[in-house]
Amino acid sequence: MIEARDLALRIGARNIVDGVSFAIRPGRVTALLGPNGAGKSTLISLLSGEHRPDGGSVEIDGEAMESFDPLALAKRRAVLLQHSSLDFDFTVAEVVALGRLPFRATRDALDDDEACLAARCQSGIEPLWSRLYRTLSGGERQRVQFARALAQIWRRENGVSVRRYLMLDEPTSALDLRHRRLLLESSRRLAGEGIGVLAVLHDLNLAADYADDVVLLDNGRVMAAGEKDQVLTQENLSACFMTPVEIMTRADGSKAILA
Amino acid sequence: MSVARVARPPALRRLPRAVLLGGLAMLLGLAFLLALGIGAMQIPAGEVLRVLFGFETDSQAAAIVLGLRLPRAVLAILVGAGLGISGAALQGLFRNPLADPGLIGISGGAALGAVSVIVLGHLLIALLPLAADPHLLPVAAFLGGLAATFATERLAHHRGVAATGILLLAGIAINAMAGAIMGVLIYSSDDSQLREITFWTMGSLAKGGWSGVTLSAPFVILAVLMLLRCAAPLNAMLLGEREAHHLGVSIERLKRVVMIAGALAVGASVAVSGIIAFVGVVVPHLVRMAAGPDHRVVLPGSALLGAVLLLVADCGARVIVAPAEMPIGLVTSLIGSPFFLWLLLRRKGLGA
Repeated sequence: MIEARDLALRIGARNIVDGVSFAIRPGRVTALLGPNGAGKSTLISLLSGEHRPDGGSVEIDGEAMESFDPLALAKRRAVLLQHSSLDFDFTVAEVVALGRLPFRATRDALDDDEACLAARCQSGIEPLWSRLYRTLSGGERQRVQFARALAQIWRRENGVSVRRYLMLDEPTSALDLRHRRLLLESSRRLAGEGIGVLAVLHDLNLAADYADDVVLLDNGRVMAAGEKDQVLTQENLSACFMTPVEIMTRADGSKAILA
Repeated sequence: MSVARVARPPALRRLPRAVLLGGLAMLLGLAFLLALGIGAMQIPAGEVLRVLFGFETDSQAAAIVLGLRLPRAVLAILVGAGLGISGAALQGLFRNPLADPGLIGISGGAALGAVSVIVLGHLLIALLPLAADPHLLPVAAFLGGLAATFATERLAHHRGVAATGILLLAGIAINAMAGAIMGVLIYSSDDSQLREITFWTMGSLAKGGWSGVTLSAPFVILAVLMLLRCAAPLNAMLLGEREAHHLGVSIERLKRVVMIAGALAVGASVAVSGIIAFVGVVVPHLVRMAAGPDHRVVLPGSALLGAVLLLVADCGARVIVAPAEMPIGLVTSLIGSPFFLWLLLRRKGLGA
C-alpha cells in the first residue's frame, strides 16, 4: 500500500496540495478525479517520489519514501506522465525496452525480452513495433508509453516479488474510444495480479466502469474518497466540477454519468 | 486511418552494434597507418609497419615516423575520441541532438586560460620562474575549461537541482564573459601575441608532441571510461528528465558525471591542440545516422569515429598546402560548418 498522510506542497503562496491523505491499495484501481488545476499531477509527483512534500509523509508498504533511492523506487512502481517528447530516433521497440532499465545487471534482466513481449501484447502495439517513435500520432505515443510502464512492472508469475504500483497521469487523454477501454481493461487485469493502480482520469464514465475506488480532488484538497458508488454521486460531482451532472442507471445496473 | 498515416514509415537501416564498432575500429587502424605514412615524405604502409614493430630502427623513415608522426597521430586519436564522446554525451544529457561541448562554457573557459597565458605569461615569469614551464599554457587552458564548467553548473543550481534550460543559459553567459575578458586581453596584446592567439584558436596538433600526449591521455582516458558507464541512463534521459527519474536514474548524479567528464575530455583536448570545432557536434550525428540513438553504440562509436576523423583531417591539414601546414581547426570548420547547416535544414524539413 502506498499511503499518503496529510501531504502538503506550496509553490509561492499557493497551496497546490493541501492536507491530502489517501492510499493506493494493492489489487485495486483508484481513479483520481478533479477539475483542471486541482493538483492531480502534483499529487502524482509526490506519490511517485519525484518531489518532496513540504508537509506530511508518503509510505510505501510501511517504509518511508525517503528511504528509497530512485532505483529502488523504479523497481516498485512505474509512472506514465502526461507529455513525453523525444527528439531522437528510437523505435517503438527501443522505447518499450527502456522500461527494463531498472533491472540492468540484475537477475531480472533475464526476463527483459519476455517482459517487453508481454507489454507489447497487452497494450496492442504490435503493428507499431518497428516504427520510429517520432512518426507516431499522439494517441499511439501514449499507448507506447503505457507499454513501457507495463514492461517496467512486469514480473514472472510465481517469481519472488515485491508489491508493485502503477501511476497513470491522464493515460487516456489522446486515445480513441476503443483504446480507452482497452487501456483500462489492461489496468484492471494488472490489479487482478495484485498491482495497485492509480489513474488520473477526466472521463467520469471510465472511472465509473473500471475503478474500485475514487478520490475527488478539488483545490488541492480531498473532497470525497472511498468506494466509487459512494463517491460518484450527483451532489459530489456537481459540486466538484461546478457544473450540473446527472447519473442514470443502465439496464444492467451500471451507472452512466451525463454532464 | 488516413492515407498519410498508412504510408510506409522511412525504412530503418541500422548497422548492428558489433558491425559498426568493428568497422570503425578497422577504419581507425587504416587511418592511423595513413597518418603515419603521409606527409612531406611519403612512407609506404609496409615500411610504416616495419618501423612500428621495431624491424627498422635507424633509417630516416624510422626517425620521421617515431619522432614526428607517431606522437601527432596518438594525439589526434586522443583529442578526436575525447571531443567525439563528450559531444555525444552532452547531446544526450541536454536531449538536444545539436548541442555542443562549447555550450556549457568548456571551450570559452579554456580559451580564456590559454589567452591569459599568451598575453600575461611574461609578467608571470618575471614573478615566478616556475611559470616558464612550457606546460603552463595547456594547464591554464585545462583549468580554465574546468572552472567555467564548474561555474556554469553552480549558477544553474537551485535547491540542489540543475534545470537544464538554465544550465544552457548559464553556459552562454559564462562564454560571453570569457569572450569579453579575452577581448580586453587581446586588445592589450602585441603583434606576436596576437599572432599566437589567432593560431591557437584555429587549432593544431603540431605542437603537442609526446608531452601533449602524456598531458592529455590520463584525463581523456578517464573521461571516456566515465562516460561509457553512462550509456544506459543517458538512453532513459532521452525520454525526458522526469521519465528518467521514474526509471531509476539519479538525475543529479548523471548530470554531474557527464559534465565533469566532458570538461575533463574537452578541457584536456583544447589544452593541447587549441580549438577544434564541430567534431563534437558532427561525429555523434554520423554515428546516430548509421546505427540509431542508443548510447551503448553512440558513445563508443563517437569516440572511434572522432579519432578517425581527426586523423584524416590532420592528414589533410598536412597535405593540402604542403610543404606548409594548415591549422586543423580550419579543416574541421570548413568541412563541419556546411554539414552542420545541412543537419539544421534537414531537421527543419522534418518539422521536428
